[in-house]
Amino acid sequence: MFGFILRRVALVIPTFLGITLLAFSLIHLIPGDPVQVMAGERRLDPAFHAEVMHRLGLDRPLYEQYGVYLWKALHLDLGESFVTHEAVWSEFLKLFPATVELSLCALIFASVFGLLAGVIAAIKRGSVFDHGVMGLSLTGFSMPIFWWGLLLIMFFSVYMRDLAPDFALPVSGRMALEFDITPRTGFMLVDAWLSGDSGAFRSALSHLVLPAIVLGTIPLAVIARMTRSSMLEVLREDYVRTARAKGLSPTRVVFVHALRNALVPVITVIGLQVGTLLAGAVLTETIFSWPGVGKWLIDAIGRRDYPVVQGGILITATLVIVVNLLVDLLYGLINPRIRHAK
Amino acid sequence: MKLLHACTLSALCLATQAHAVNLTVCTEASPDGFDIVQYESAVTNDAAGLTIYDQLLLFKPGTTEVIPGLAEKWEVSADGLNYTFHLRKGVKFHTTPWFKPTRDFNADDVLWSINRVNDKNHPAHGVAKNGYVYWEGMGMSGLIKSVAKVDDYTVRFTLTRPEAPFIADMAMSALASIYSAEYAAQLQKTRQLEAINTQPVGTGPFVFKSYQKDAIIRYTANPSYWGGVPKIDNLIFAVTLDPSVRVQRLKAGECLVGTNMRAETAAAFDGDKNVQMMRMNALLTAYIAPNAKHKFTSDKRFRQALWLALDKKTYIQSVYGGNATPAASFLPPGMWSFDKSLANQYDPEKAKALVKAVGYDGTELSLFTRVGGSIDGKRAGELMQADWAKVGIKVKVQMMEWGELLKRTGKGDHDITFLNWAGDNGDPDNFFTPNLVCDAVEGGGNKSQWCNKQFDALVDEARKTSDPKKRTELYLKAQKLVYDEVGTIPAVFPEYMTAVNRRVSGFVQSPFTNNDFRRVSVK
Repeated sequence: MFGFILRRVALVIPTFLGITLLAFSLIHLIPGDPVQVMAGERRLDPAFHAEVMHRLGLDRPLYEQYGVYLWKALHLDLGESFVTHEAVWSEFLKLFPATVELSLCALIFASVFGLLAGVIAAIKRGSVFDHGVMGLSLTGFSMPIFWWGLLLIMFFSVYMRDLAPDFALPVSGRMALEFDITPRTGFMLVDAWLSGDSGAFRSALSHLVLPAIVLGTIPLAVIARMTRSSMLEVLREDYVRTARAKGLSPTRVVFVHALRNALVPVITVIGLQVGTLLAGAVLTETIFSWPGVGKWLIDAIGRRDYPVVQGGILITATLVIVVNLLVDLLYGLINPRIRHAK
Repeated sequence: MKLLHACTLSALCLATQAHAVNLTVCTEASPDGFDIVQYESAVTNDAAGLTIYDQLLLFKPGTTEVIPGLAEKWEVSADGLNYTFHLRKGVKFHTTPWFKPTRDFNADDVLWSINRVNDKNHPAHGVAKNGYVYWEGMGMSGLIKSVAKVDDYTVRFTLTRPEAPFIADMAMSALASIYSAEYAAQLQKTRQLEAINTQPVGTGPFVFKSYQKDAIIRYTANPSYWGGVPKIDNLIFAVTLDPSVRVQRLKAGECLVGTNMRAETAAAFDGDKNVQMMRMNALLTAYIAPNAKHKFTSDKRFRQALWLALDKKTYIQSVYGGNATPAASFLPPGMWSFDKSLANQYDPEKAKALVKAVGYDGTELSLFTRVGGSIDGKRAGELMQADWAKVGIKVKVQMMEWGELLKRTGKGDHDITFLNWAGDNGDPDNFFTPNLVCDAVEGGGNKSQWCNKQFDALVDEARKTSDPKKRTELYLKAQKLVYDEVGTIPAVFPEYMTAVNRRVSGFVQSPFTNNDFRRVSVK
């Protein structure tokens, strides 16, 4: 097991270096620079432009800039934003709880409904329900996030306001604007809970519903399909037949004996969804005015805020690597065949 | 403030808060920061320049007329080099958890605010690590020689040359916002000058309360505002990037005002009993810039053919949903000295003849346009492409991201591009000097790369002249020259749109496309 862990961790190092190089070179390859973007259409005095570029260290050769960036990154110094002059870490930590809160809720939504739908579809294989679930999951997987988000807003926030105002959901944001809650953790649900204002908590909860559904739709589709095929495979196993022959109740056979084993590949898939969620968060955050890291990175690319782009990509990519590493290790722990594979 | 903070937890205060008058505004972007002189974006201007800060002078709401601000009156010397400002007395700086002022606003604050930006040796100059891009872009560092304190309530600016637009410049928030020198000293003492960008203090109508990054900015009304206490208790900016979502938030009543609404959402509130779309012909010109240094587009006849071939009626309907008017002058109609006599030209047959006369060989020209922005650049580019194809001009639409477009058009890589120019200070010079004079070619502002010495002389003379009548004459000649020589092709004057809930009254749109809420009330 130790050797397995070492091999997996060793793979992380080149991946990490690759990410730093990719993040650095991609943003520097795009024409334009932060001073120019800041000046906009206005005249930019070449001497002033050169002076600011020098001050920001952007007049040095690229390999030198990369070296400095990498050295600092290894010391956990990601620099400061060219626009706000705030440390990249500090900005990230302000915004990341919002993304985590949204992603977690989306993942819970996707896992609960995905597993349930997948299991039922497998049990009722070939039924209307099975075809329905598979059809819907394909639709969910193929649905553009932007369109899906706007569609839900139109229905649940706008039309519902006229049809059944009590069930109408907010359009966007993390909480109704009249609630002024002091952020302590950055997690709005937690902060609202800590404030002791039940109205604020309800408001935070209702603001999470639509973005979590939108962000969780693709992972839900993937989990449902994976659960179904994994369950179908397991349900054909001899030990399941034996369990049935022993007279165990169908519920016990499915949920205790079959699902437990069927979950092994599903856990890997759920782990892999972290990357999908972070990528999807970029769009979901834009639609729902959700102040997370996705929107932050998009803005930074437009403004050529190099430290934010490089730092933001590095942190999020590292998180995805870590989660995948954990899934790998967990999988190895559950399934010894993986552990011993050379 | 502590009391207020403690207050939020008590039931009594919650009840009071429920009756507070809130104005919620959906903005199209996040502010860059709150140290307004470091930035130039419209949202930063609204979020800091027109809320937290006051300027030496102000613009009369809805107009370009300059009125007293922190300076009650001013005088200009006969040679146009000295401007003396007499400051308002009894103006209070904001009291916040991070600063308690011990004195009123005075000349020291003006000196600190201007010198900090203009003097590279000033101890606070380095706070802006990217420099003061807007200040430099407006040519202020080469213009202001010095600013001196005459007495506690009088300051004198000395300029390096006569500059008629200077008075209007002193009403611009990114140039003439006044900071507290006392607060700056406090920050300097604790080596926290950077906090000026996150914990701002001004004399403006609203006191900054908090900013939840990329989400919400909160302000409270300034109870001692010299211009009268605002009629709302709390001003809340909710950052809402997507234009369609802004519409839905307005419809749902989550926001009472939606700023910078896009043309394609204009019809969203037709017949809406709660929200109205306000429209204004702001100081905004959408123009096409053929590169005067490239083959074919360097020929005046070819540029004229480009203009003549463009069906602006269809263009306006398709790109702006009908919310624009055809342009013939580079100056917009709301600008004094606008030449009404210039007429738009549309004559495809004549355009064909001109293309033939030039000897155009069918070379495919590049048309640079941006992804994103206030209009659908792709659709706009394709409409131009189709119109020009009808007269035999081949054009390839090249979409690119904003930073790349700026870089490449600044270097003159394009054959043709199209952009918007929004006026900063209500002076015609602000349209001509940054975009069409020869000096602006090198700095990348003159996207047409058109350089005409006669035009430069007219603009230069107008800048030095203080007599409005004479300036008008000079600008009329300058407009005619651009028209005749097709220095650039004025495309359309887009309408500026703001969505406002009918419960809101007192909101006036600004020709500068910014948003001021100091006189607004909510029913």
